[in-house]
Amino acid sequence: QPQNEHIELHRRRYGYRLDYHEKRRKKEGREAHERSRKAKKMIGLKAKLYHKQRHAEKIQMKKTIKMHEKRNTKKKDDEKTPKGAVPAYLLDREGQSRAKVLSNMIKQKRKEKAGKWEVPVPKVRAQGETEVLKVIRTGKRKKKAWKRMVTKVCFVGDGFTRKPPKYERFIRPMGLRFKKAHVTHPELKATFCLPILGVKKNPSSPLYTTLGVITKGTVIEVNVSELGLVTQGGKVIWGKYAQVTNNPENDGCINAVLLV
Amino acid sequence: PRFPQSMAPDEDAQRLLIQFRDEAGESLGSPFDVPVTITPDKLQLVCNALLQKVRDPRAPPAPPEPTRGLPLAASPALFPQEEPVPLAFFVHDAEIVSSLEKTLSGQSVETEKVLDIIYQPQAVFRVRAVTRCTSSLEGHTEAVISVAFSPTGKYLASGSGDTTVRFWDLSTETPQFTAKGHRHWVLSIAWSPDGKKLASGCKNSQIFLWDPATGNQIGRVLSGHSKWITCLCWEPLHINPECRYLASASKDGSVRIWDTLMGKCEKILTSHTQSVTCVKWGGDGLLYSSSQDRTIKVWRSKDGVLCRTLQGHAHWVNTMALSTDYVLRTGAFEPAEATINPQDVSGSLAELKDKAQQRYDQVRGQEPERLVSGSDDFTLFLWRPAEDKKPLERMTGHQALINQVLFSPDTRLIASASFDKSIKLWDGRTGKYLTSLRGHVSAVYQIAWSADSRLLVSGSSDSTLKVWDAKMKKLAIDLPGHADEVYATDWSPDGQRVASGGKDKCLRM
Repeated sequence: QPQNEHIELHRRRYGYRLDYHEKRRKKEGREAHERSRKAKKMIGLKAKLYHKQRHAEKIQMKKTIKMHEKRNTKKKDDEKTPKGAVPAYLLDREGQSRAKVLSNMIKQKRKEKAGKWEVPVPKVRAQGETEVLKVIRTGKRKKKAWKRMVTKVCFVGDGFTRKPPKYERFIRPMGLRFKKAHVTHPELKATFCLPILGVKKNPSSPLYTTLGVITKGTVIEVNVSELGLVTQGGKVIWGKYAQVTNNPENDGCINAVLLV
Repeated sequence: PRFPQSMAPDEDAQRLLIQFRDEAGESLGSPFDVPVTITPDKLQLVCNALLQKVRDPRAPPAPPEPTRGLPLAASPALFPQEEPVPLAFFVHDAEIVSSLEKTLSGQSVETEKVLDIIYQPQAVFRVRAVTRCTSSLEGHTEAVISVAFSPTGKYLASGSGDTTVRFWDLSTETPQFTAKGHRHWVLSIAWSPDGKKLASGCKNSQIFLWDPATGNQIGRVLSGHSKWITCLCWEPLHINPECRYLASASKDGSVRIWDTLMGKCEKILTSHTQSVTCVKWGGDGLLYSSSQDRTIKVWRSKDGVLCRTLQGHAHWVNTMALSTDYVLRTGAFEPAEATINPQDVSGSLAELKDKAQQRYDQVRGQEPERLVSGSDDFTLFLWRPAEDKKPLERMTGHQALINQVLFSPDTRLIASASFDKSIKLWDGRTGKYLTSLRGHVSAVYQIAWSADSRLLVSGSSDSTLKVWDAKMKKLAIDLPGHADEVYATDWSPDGQRVASGGKDKCLRM
C-alpha cells in the first residue's frame, strides 16, 4: 500500500491512462477464473487455510442471495392451522386410539396375573441395615449391642405404646415420627396434606414395612376422604395408596404421589 | 269370580277416594271417589274439567274431547279453555298406564285413606322421531366441531376445524354462506336468543359475530382472552330484548362479558384458578361458571360480583345445565307454534320481551332455577344455586367421565352422556336415578332433547346417532351413516330436523 498520496496526486494532475478503465474492467472479469486456477493448484497447508476461508465466504454469500430471493417471492402462510381438530371438550384430553385401548386391556390383564403394578418411582436404591438402623450400646460396660435405633422417618399407628424399655429392641424416636404426608394428585396437579393410615410396603425390606419405616419409594396408605372421591356404587373412598417421592429424613416432610 | 272388564258394571268394582295434586303438591279440587278400574283417558277428562273450573269458575265446563297426540295448529292463546291438555298421572311415582287397578296391584292400598294422584301436563304438540338421513352436507374441509340451530329453527350454523363457520339453507339442504375470518379451529358457536346474530369462538381466543341473513361479520372482532374459548352464552331475551351482552369462558380461567354493540369487553370475571369449561347465563340475573378447578362459581350479572362458590366435585367440572336452559335458548319462540317453514319471530322488542318473560315464568314455576353439573369424577350434582351452597343431590352411577348433561325442555328429566357408553336419565326435580340407556359401543359425546321432551338423540364416538324414547326408556331409532366420530348434535327447536357433524367433515341432517 502506498504510504503517501502521490498516486492520487498524479491522477489528479494527469488523469487516467486511456485504456485504464477498460483494462480494469477486464481484470475484474478475469478474477473469478484466476481465483479458481489458484484454488486448484494450491497444495499443502496454504491450501487448507485458503479453502477454509473460502468456504466461510461462500456460506455468507449463499445466505445473502437467499435473503434477496425471499424478499421478492410471496411467503406462504406460516400460520397454517394444524390438523386433527377436536371439539372443546376433548381438547385437554389425550385421545386414545382404538388399537391402543385393546392392547392396553390385554396388558392390564397380564399385569394383574403377574401381580406387578406401575408405580411412579419403580426403582429405588436399597437401604442397608447399617444405614437405617443404628446400633445402640447398652449394659453396665456398654458391651451389649442388641438394641437398634431407626434413623429414618417412620410411622407408628394411633394406638402405639412402646414396649417396656428394657425389652425394646427397635427404638423409633419421637422426633422422626410423622402422621401426615403431602400427597400430589398426578392429574389435578394439586397437593394436599393428608393423614397417613399405614405403611403398605417398603421396597428395601419387609422388616422395615413392619417397623413402619418410610423411605423413598415406600408405598403408604393415606386418608383421602378430604378429596371427596366416590366409587361407582356411591360409596365414599377414604383410603388410597401413595408412593413417597423424596427422602423424608433429609427434608423433614413426606412428599408422595397418589396412585390412581 | 273375576268378571271381564266389558261386562262388569262399574258399581261392582272397588271404589277409591282420590285427590289430584300437581307437581308442587297443591291439590286440585276436592277428593272424590272413582272405581279402581278407571283408565288414564277418563282420569284426563275429569282432571281437565277440574282445571277448566279452576281457570274460569264462571263458565260452565265444556266436555273436552280426548285429543291425545294431535299437534294442535291453533295457538293456545286463542282458545285457552277449550283445548284439553294431555296429562300423565302418577301414583307413588309409578305412572298409570292402563288402569289404576293394575298400577296399584303391586302396592298395598289403604281404601280408607285418600289416594294422591299427581298429574303432569305433557307438551301439547308431539315431535315425530327422525328416522332417516335426508342429506349429507359436505363443504367443510376439516372436522365439524360444533353445530347449532337458530332459536326459531330457521338457520343452521356449523363451526369446524378448517376455521370457517358455515350457514346452511334448511329448505334446500345446501350450503348458504361461508363465514371466513377465524384463524384457528372454531370451538364453540352460540345463537343470540332472537336468532339475528351468531357468535363464534376459536382456539386463538377470538370471538366473531356473524349475520345469518348475509353471512357477513357484524362489528369488530372481540379479542381479549389469552387462551382458547371453551364456551359462549348470550344474555336471555327476557332480560334484554336487544341481545346485546355475551358471556365467554376461556381456558385462561376468566369469564368475559362483551358488549356486542360497542364491540368491547364490559366485565372480566376472574376467580377461577384453572380453565373455565362452561358458562351459563341464568334467567334470574345470575351467571354460572364451572371450571377445572373443581368449583362452580355464581356471579351477579349486573355488576359481576361473585355471589357463591359451589364446591363438592372431586375432579374437573366438565359441563353444566340449567333447568330453564331450553326456554332461555328459544326466547320468544314457542315450539308449539312452529310451522313447516320456519319463520323469524316478529314483533316489537317489548312484545318479544313480554313473550319471553311469560314463557320463562311458565317453565320456571315457583321454585328457583336448578343447576346440574357433571364432572370427571363420574358423578353429577344437583344444586339450587340461588338459595344454597350445598347440593340437593349427588347422582352417582356412571363409570366414566361425564361429557354433557341436559335438562329436558319441560325440566322433568335430566339426561347425562358419559364416556362409559351409556346415557342415564334422572328425575329433574329430585335427582333420583331413573334408568340407563345403553346401546352405544363407545363414548357418548353429545345429546339433544326434542322440543316436547319425549325424544332424545345422542351422538357418539362410534359414529352412530341413536334416538331414544324417554317415556318407554328404550331405543327408538338408530341412525348410522357417519364415517367417523360424531362430535356435535343438535335438534331444531321446531322439532323437524336433527343435525350432526363429526370427524368425517360432513354434516348430516
